[in-house]
Amino acid sequence: MDQIPIMKIGDCLLVSIQVDMHDQLAISLQDNLTTRIVQTRARGVMIDISALEIVDSFIGRMLNNIASMSRVLDAVTVVVGMQPAVAITLVELGLTLPGVRTALDVDRGLALIRRLIDDEAGS
Amino acid sequence: MPTKKATTIPTLVAAHGKQLLESWLGLQKDSSLVASGAVDTATLHNYSERFLSEFHKALASGRLDAIGGADWAGVREFLSDFSRGMAQHGLTPSQIATFVFSLKQPLFALLSHEFKSDAQRLSEELWQATLLIDSLGLYTSEAFQKSREEVIIRQQEEMLELSTPVVELWEGIVAVPLIGTLDSERTQVVMESLLQHIVTTGAEIAIIDITGVPTVDTLVAQHLIKTVAAARLMGADCIISGIRPQIAQTIVHLGVELSVTSKATMADALQLALRRIGKTVVDRKTPQAASPAE
Repeated sequence: MDQIPIMKIGDCLLVSIQVDMHDQLAISLQDNLTTRIVQTRARGVMIDISALEIVDSFIGRMLNNIASMSRVLDAVTVVVGMQPAVAITLVELGLTLPGVRTALDVDRGLALIRRLIDDEAGS
Repeated sequence: MPTKKATTIPTLVAAHGKQLLESWLGLQKDSSLVASGAVDTATLHNYSERFLSEFHKALASGRLDAIGGADWAGVREFLSDFSRGMAQHGLTPSQIATFVFSLKQPLFALLSHEFKSDAQRLSEELWQATLLIDSLGLYTSEAFQKSREEVIIRQQEEMLELSTPVVELWEGIVAVPLIGTLDSERTQVVMESLLQHIVTTGAEIAIIDITGVPTVDTLVAQHLIKTVAAARLMGADCIISGIRPQIAQTIVHLGVELSVTSKATMADALQLALRRIGKTVVDRKTPQAASPAE
């Protein structure tokens, strides 16, 4: 079974979803990601979904769950590159993902994570 | 078979076509079509001739009771064209239908001449002819209405395109000035074009200006909230501007929670947006004094 790669950049983890998500893949991603956060002591998680064209309520909930799990492990989650169609679908499904931070692209996502981590360190 | 017996109409029309056309034209000389000045006699002559020839062709199929059938396609097409053309000249549906109805008189004259001695047969034939001409006349009204509806639909689409421009105010700031009532269809269009612009311009802040929205009810508010939520999911912040005093009151009275930054005017919203992306507007005369204050 294929897996979604998790890359480490500094103290951030980058998850780039390039394939269609199915439920089993989503569950294994949650598993792997939490393991990696603990292993690497990452402070930020960035999920790039710019290639994701189809979402359902399960994937929407998974994104929310990942954000909550990361928060428990003291890492901030930023979802980047959501397609317009995906955003509309999620809103129509009633999933506005209030606990998830978002950014337009990977660049701004990294900047946002940096800022969030610095804010936490500063306070 | 009553329809089989009625086939004398086609043969009659075929035999006395020229006579029918002439008496019909004579009748139409002082009809409202000519009186209104929309068509001259020559054009009317042309129209009548074309109608009769199509009518004749369709009659040859022998089916008088089904003008919806394939045999009558030519007549239907002519009537649609005719009705559309006349509608453009500003004629009313009844004036247009009268064109077809006025064929009754010469046709009836022809029939009564043919069946002078057979009253029973004459009434049957007249009934058939009436049914046929009536349905053709009604068809012109239908065609008239259809052409009107096409115009309305086209205008609606044009309005939809016109009313949803997304403008780039600054690098990283886009604005959508909304004008007119927001319904679900328009919200969809606004949402799609806004999100698309956010992707192409990479804008971080979107200003939704509702100065031109006459009323805000719970549904409109719902639509605004949806748009804001979708933009947020993509990583852009929204500011709603142009909230008029009455609208502010309505929103509170309705108990709607907009849960988004809102400003009274577009200028305020732009100022806030600029501050958020780390830009500032300074007075050119005293730049030193203005910049540290921000």
